[in-house]
Amino acid sequence: MFKIIFRRVLKNKFALAGLIFIFSIVFVAVFSSYIAPYDPYEINVYKVLEPPSKEHPFGTDELGRDVLSRVIYGAKVSLKVGFLAMGIAIITGTILGAVAGYYGGLIDSIIMRVVDVMLSFPTLFLILAVVAFLEPNIYIIMIVIGLTGWMDVARLVRAEVLSLKEREFVLAARAIGASSFRIIFKHILPNAIYPVIVAATFSVGGAILIESGLSFLGLGVQPPEPSWGGILSIGKDYITVAWWLSLFPGIAIFLTVLSFNLVGEALRDATDPKYWTED
Amino acid sequence: MFSYLIKRLLLMIPILFGITLICFIVINLAPGSPAMFQEELSPKASAEAVQALKKLYGLDKPLHERYINWLKMVFTLDLGKSFVDGRKVEDKIKERLPITITLNLLSLMFIFIVAIPIGVYSALRPGSVFDRALTFFVFTGFSVPTFWLALLAMIVFGVNLGWLPISGIQSIGAEKMPFHERVIDYIKHLILPVTIMSFSGLAGMSRYTRSSMLEVLNQEYIRTARAKGLPEKVVIFRHALRNALLPVITLLGLSIPGLIGGSVIFESIFSIPGMGQLFYSSAMARDYPTIMGILLIGALLTLIGNLIADIAYFIVDPRIRVKRDV
Repeated sequence: MFKIIFRRVLKNKFALAGLIFIFSIVFVAVFSSYIAPYDPYEINVYKVLEPPSKEHPFGTDELGRDVLSRVIYGAKVSLKVGFLAMGIAIITGTILGAVAGYYGGLIDSIIMRVVDVMLSFPTLFLILAVVAFLEPNIYIIMIVIGLTGWMDVARLVRAEVLSLKEREFVLAARAIGASSFRIIFKHILPNAIYPVIVAATFSVGGAILIESGLSFLGLGVQPPEPSWGGILSIGKDYITVAWWLSLFPGIAIFLTVLSFNLVGEALRDATDPKYWTED
Repeated sequence: MFSYLIKRLLLMIPILFGITLICFIVINLAPGSPAMFQEELSPKASAEAVQALKKLYGLDKPLHERYINWLKMVFTLDLGKSFVDGRKVEDKIKERLPITITLNLLSLMFIFIVAIPIGVYSALRPGSVFDRALTFFVFTGFSVPTFWLALLAMIVFGVNLGWLPISGIQSIGAEKMPFHERVIDYIKHLILPVTIMSFSGLAGMSRYTRSSMLEVLNQEYIRTARAKGLPEKVVIFRHALRNALLPVITLLGLSIPGLIGGSVIFESIFSIPGMGQLFYSSAMARDYPTIMGILLIGALLTLIGNLIADIAYFIVDPRIRVKRDV
C-alpha cells in the first residue's frame, strides 16, 4: 500500500520537485555548520549592509553578518519548529478526536465544544498572548503553535473513527474482549492513517509560516539566533536601503512551505479512494 | 427564522464561557503566577496599576473564586486599566476597533468580489490556461508568507516606484485637505494593506468557488435546465451559481479569525493604528490587561462573524434547519 502511494506521489512532477527540495533543505539544516561559508554570528563593522556580491551572494546585514550563512542556519529553526509543532498538533488532535469519536456521548460533546471554543480565537492572537506571557524561545513557540493547531485534525479523526467503529472488524475485536485502548490504537487508527498523514504534511508548512511571522514580529526566536522571520524583520527596518535582506529569507520560507503543500496535495490525491480505480 | 436565531444564540453561550475560561487560563500561565504581576515582569507597571490589577484578579483568592470574580468584571465590561498609560482597556480598544473592522470588511468584500468571478470562470473552463494559472496562484497564496509579500510590495510600489504610501492611513496634514483629496488620500493608503491582507483568502476562496461550482455543474438539475433549453447564462447564473455559493458563505465566515489574527502583522507592518497594532505593542510591553481584553474581543468578533455567516446561509438556503450536525 505504501509503495503504491509513494509511486503515485512521485509520478506528480510538482510533488517530486517539492520532495527533492524538502530533502535538500533538511540536508542543509543538518550540515549547516559545514555548508555555511561564514560564521552566521560573526560581526564585521567594515562590511555593513553590503549588496549581494561574489563574496556574499545574499549580501550582508546591518552588523556585517553574511546573510547567506544566516539563511542556511535559519533553516534549522524553521524545520525544527515545523516538524515538532506538527507532531504536537497531530498527536493531540488524533488522541482527542479518536476518544471523542469512539466514546461519543458526553465526552464527545465536551471535546467538540473545546474544539469550537479554540476555533473561535484568532490563532495569532492566542499565540501572541501566550508568547507575551512566557519568555519566547524555540520550544515554547513549538508547543504553542502545536497546541493551537490540533482542532482540524481532531475533527478529521473523529469523523473517521465514527465511520470505522461500527465496522465488522471492530465489532469482532470487541467481541473477543479487546480493550478500548487496543481497539482504538490497534484496529481503528491504522485505518484512519492517510488523512492524518496528509494533514500532517500541510501542518508542517503552516507551522513554518506561523513561526516566521512570530519571529518577524520579534516574538519568536530571539536574536542573535538566525531565523528567516528574524532576518525579514531587520529587512523591514532597512527597507529603503537593503532590499536583499527582505528578498532571500522570504524566498526560503516560500519555497519550503510550497514544497510541503505540493507534497501534501499529491498525497491527498494519492490516498483519496476516488482515484484508486486507475491502477 | 426567529426560532432559528434563538437556538443559534443559545448555542453560543457555552462557547462564550469556554472563551472566557481559555482567556483566564492564559492569564494564569504567566511565570510565577499568582505572583506574576511583580514589577520586574512588567517594568512599565506602576505600583498603583499592579495593586488595581491584583484587586481585579483577586490574586489572594483560590482559582475558581478568582475566575468567577473576573467573569463578573468582564460581564460588566470592565476590562481593567492598562499598565502602560493607566487608561481603561475598554476605551483603548474602542478607539482602535473601527479601523480594524473597516479594514477586515474591506478585504472580505475584496475577496468576495474578486474570488467568485475567478472561481466561476475557471470552473467553466477546467484545464484551460486560466484554470492552470489559478492553480498556480492558489499554491502561491497558501505558501507565501504574507508579511513578506507586504515587504516586497512596499519595496516595489512604495520605495522604487513611489506610487503608494507605505505607512499609516493618511498623510501628514490630511485634515487640512479638501474632502475629495482626503478620500483619495485614504484610498491610496488602503490599497496595499487591503490587497495584501486579502491575498491568501483570495486564493482559498477562488479555489473553493471553483470546486463548488464544478460539483454543482455535474448535478442533474443542471442537465435538466440545459435540456429544457434554457440559455446558458440563465443555467450558470440562476441555477448553478446560487447553489455553488452556499458553501462559499460558510468559508467566508470561517476566514474571519484568520483575517482578524492577521491584522496584528499587517497593522504593524503598515503602521495602521488599529486593534492589531495595539495588541502587538501591548504584547511587547507585557501590558496584561490590554492583552486579555483584546484576546477576548478578538474571539467575540469571530463568534459574531460566524453568527452573521450562519444567518446569511439560512436566508439564502431555506432548507437549512437548526438540526445541522455541529
